[in-house]
Amino acid sequence: MTFEQIIFYLFSAVLVAAAVGMVTVRSPVYAALCLILSFFTSAALWLLLEAEFLGLVLVLVYVGAVMVLFLFVIMMLDLNTDPLKEGLVKHAPVGFVVAAVIAVEMILVLQSAPFQIATPLNPAPANNTEALGAILYTDYVYPFEIAAVILVVAIIAAITLTLRRRPDSRKQDISQQVQVKRADRVRLVKMKAETKEQA
Amino acid sequence: MIPLSHFLIVAALLFAISIAGMILNRKNVLILLMCIEMMLLAVNLNFIAFSHYLGDMAGQVFVFFILTVAAAEAAIGLAILVVLFRNRRTINVEQLDAMKG
Repeated sequence: MTFEQIIFYLFSAVLVAAAVGMVTVRSPVYAALCLILSFFTSAALWLLLEAEFLGLVLVLVYVGAVMVLFLFVIMMLDLNTDPLKEGLVKHAPVGFVVAAVIAVEMILVLQSAPFQIATPLNPAPANNTEALGAILYTDYVYPFEIAAVILVVAIIAAITLTLRRRPDSRKQDISQQVQVKRADRVRLVKMKAETKEQA
Repeated sequence: MIPLSHFLIVAALLFAISIAGMILNRKNVLILLMCIEMMLLAVNLNFIAFSHYLGDMAGQVFVFFILTVAAAEAAIGLAILVVLFRNRRTINVEQLDAMKG
C-alpha cells in the first residue's frame, strides 16, 4: 500500500464517519462541527487530486465563513431541540433503506469500465492556481462576472431580510441634526437676578 | 495509484448519507441546510475527481462556481431562517404551515 493510498483511505474513512455523525448527533452545534470536520477531510482529498487552489478555498470559505455563519445562527437562535429530534428514531429505518438503496445503485454503476481509470489521462498542470486562473479569466469570464453578481445579490438579500427598524432604538438622524435652528435649541428666559438670601 | 472509481464511491456514500440525513432530521431546517451543503460537497468531489483523471480544468472551474452559489444559498437561507425564527419562534418544519401548501 503506497502512502497515497493510506492517505486516501484514512481521509475517506474520516469523511464518511463525520458525515454519519452529522446526520445522527442530537445537537445542531455538534452537527455543524462534524460538517466542519468533513469539509477539512474533503479538502485533504482535493489536495490529493492536485486541486490545491480549491482545497484551500474550501477551508477558507467554507470552514472560515459559511460554517462560522452557521454556528453564529445556531447560537443566536434560542432553539429548543427536543421536539425537533423526536422523529429521529421513527424515521431511521426509512432513511437507512433509502440511503442504502441509493449508495448500492451508485456503487454498482461505478463498477463499469469507463470509471476504472487508474492513472490520469493527461498530466496535471504544474501550477494549479495559474492554470485555473488562465481559463477562469478568459474562457469563463462572463460566468465569473455572473458569479460576482450572485454574491452581491446574496449580500443585499441577506441584509434586507434581517434588517429591522425598531422604533425604540436610539440612533442619530444626521440630516435632522444639521437642519436644526437656533430657536429650536436655545430659549431665552427673563428672570430677576437672584440675591443671596433667596438662595 | 487510486482508481477514479474509489473517489466516486466516496462521493456516492457522502451523497447517500446526506439524503438519509434529510429523512432523519426532517424537522430541523438548520440540519436540512447542512445536508444540502454536504450534497454539494459530494458533487464537488465528483467534479474534481473527473477533472483530475480526465485532465480537464473545466471541472475545477465548475466547482468554483458551485462554491460561489452554495455560499450565496447558505447566506440567504440562514437569513430567511433568522427572520422565520423572529416571527414564529420556531424552526420546526411541521409547524411552518402558514401557506397551507
